Amino acid sequence: MKYTQGRYIITEKSAIAREVYSFTVSCPEVAAAACPGQFVHIRANGFTLRRPISICGIDREKGTLRIVFEIRGEGTAEIARLNKGDLIDMLAPLGHGFTVDNSFGKVVLVGGGIGTPPMLPLAKIYGEKAVAISGFRNASAVILQEDFRRTGAETILCTDDGSAGIHGFVTQPLKELAEKGGIDAVYACGPMPMLRGIAEICRENEIYCEISLEERMACGIGACLGCACRTVRNDEEYFAHVCKDGPVFKAEEVLW
Amino acid sequence: MADLSVRVCGTDFKNPIIPASGVFGYGREYEELFPLDRLGGIATKGTTLHLRTGNLAPRIAETPSGMLNSVGLQNPGIDHFIETELPYLLTKDLVVLANIAGSTPDECAEVAAKLEATDVHMIELNISCPNVKQGGAAFGTSCEMAAEVTRRVRAVTKKPLVVKLSPNVTSIADIAKSVEAAGADAVSLINTLLGMRIDINTGRPVLRNNVGGMSGPAVFPIAVRMVWQVANAVSIPVIGMGGVSSGRDAIELMMAGASAVQVGAAIFTDSYAPVRIIEEMNEFLDSRGIGSVRDIIGTVKPW
Repeated sequence: MKYTQGRYIITEKSAIAREVYSFTVSCPEVAAAACPGQFVHIRANGFTLRRPISICGIDREKGTLRIVFEIRGEGTAEIARLNKGDLIDMLAPLGHGFTVDNSFGKVVLVGGGIGTPPMLPLAKIYGEKAVAISGFRNASAVILQEDFRRTGAETILCTDDGSAGIHGFVTQPLKELAEKGGIDAVYACGPMPMLRGIAEICRENEIYCEISLEERMACGIGACLGCACRTVRNDEEYFAHVCKDGPVFKAEEVLW
Repeated sequence: MADLSVRVCGTDFKNPIIPASGVFGYGREYEELFPLDRLGGIATKGTTLHLRTGNLAPRIAETPSGMLNSVGLQNPGIDHFIETELPYLLTKDLVVLANIAGSTPDECAEVAAKLEATDVHMIELNISCPNVKQGGAAFGTSCEMAAEVTRRVRAVTKKPLVVKLSPNVTSIADIAKSVEAAGADAVSLINTLLGMRIDINTGRPVLRNNVGGMSGPAVFPIAVRMVWQVANAVSIPVIGMGGVSSGRDAIELMMAGASAVQVGAAIFTDSYAPVRIIEEMNEFLDSRGIGSVRDIIGTVKPW
């Protein structure tokens, strides 16, 4: 199975920050196929388009997926109304995820805001080899820090207003780590200006970098060509699609 | 089990349901979810003479009971379609409608001519794409241009020629009559309605192309009205589409005069929509004791 569409039971729901929710969903066949960096496409009752949400946790033994999402508009607000015990309609797992390489000795995971959740499955895999840098607007928006610590990863927290952790953007600690050397890969998800800054730091320091992008999407599987992204492949400009070619791209492939 | 088979300009469909051009690519992505053989046909992604990269993102926006798109006919070009996509689709038990488009009548004819040597079953000529600067809807909004491009394509192909009409016109029945007179074997309608959304926080249109084609359940009553008007105006078959999301919708469009039905945006809400709609049509016909879906075509009893 590559992907399937089905209705699955929500086994846990919690609010983990203002307008940010965590669902655990029992979906053994999806959990068995899912990889870090992939996403699920969730039907919002009463809406034409599904909402793509990144995968925050994969538990193959329990047959569950965890998703963490923020209310961004009416569609995600509708999804957030679902409760424990309700069925959630998902088309999943979708997209091209992160490249995991066990020979890597040290990796940096950078998450900005609601781009932080897809970094957690990587932290689970890399454990103590990972440094997880997370950035948020302020202290009340901070999520998942205890989850990252439990994986064994070193955590660095930044906030835009300095109300928690380092006062400033995630690019500051990343730059310091990059210049110190010894990093095999950087993985990142978050707002475009942040990703652009991260890609630039990695380019200057010759570090392999993968980033996860977001775009307005319709089918989710590469048929409708709605979620276009300008990239370079084999030295030629190529309109890739975030849903199928991504959401994870090599940073050097993306035309900003 | 009702007989769902229909015949449209001499081509047999085992059921009337066809994923509409643009939502379904060339079928491969959906085959992961259900066998393509379950479908009556497939209208392939609009294909032009050369590769087109399409418009910048965002290309998609949600609207009340619908959506906007401005993909801009991104496609790999007709040669790639003929070499790579068509042979694969022809191994499936379904009717392949090759949707083609061009910036000029000459380009449309050149694309159609390349298909003449293939085993593709039907050609669906798109004269109604709202998302490209040249050609596209410009052909579909005047009777003279619609007839001209139809004549040029008709001259190079003996395959059943379906002309896909734009709803962004004053009288779609007049356009339909023009393309019928120019040699079309059937018409399909409606393509998307031109729409626009603005992000009031930024003052920017949501779509990078500013405007885009609207589809989804919101446009369904317009599709029913236009299919009915066109079916009354021409003697060639009508393939109906526009906001169909259930078996009951498909039955309604056929009562209005459609001989077959295309399904578009509903696939984004429910990936299984085409096969679900086929099952729901069958259930409806069985519950009414109607033996064949052909018996409902054009049976609306207007007041």
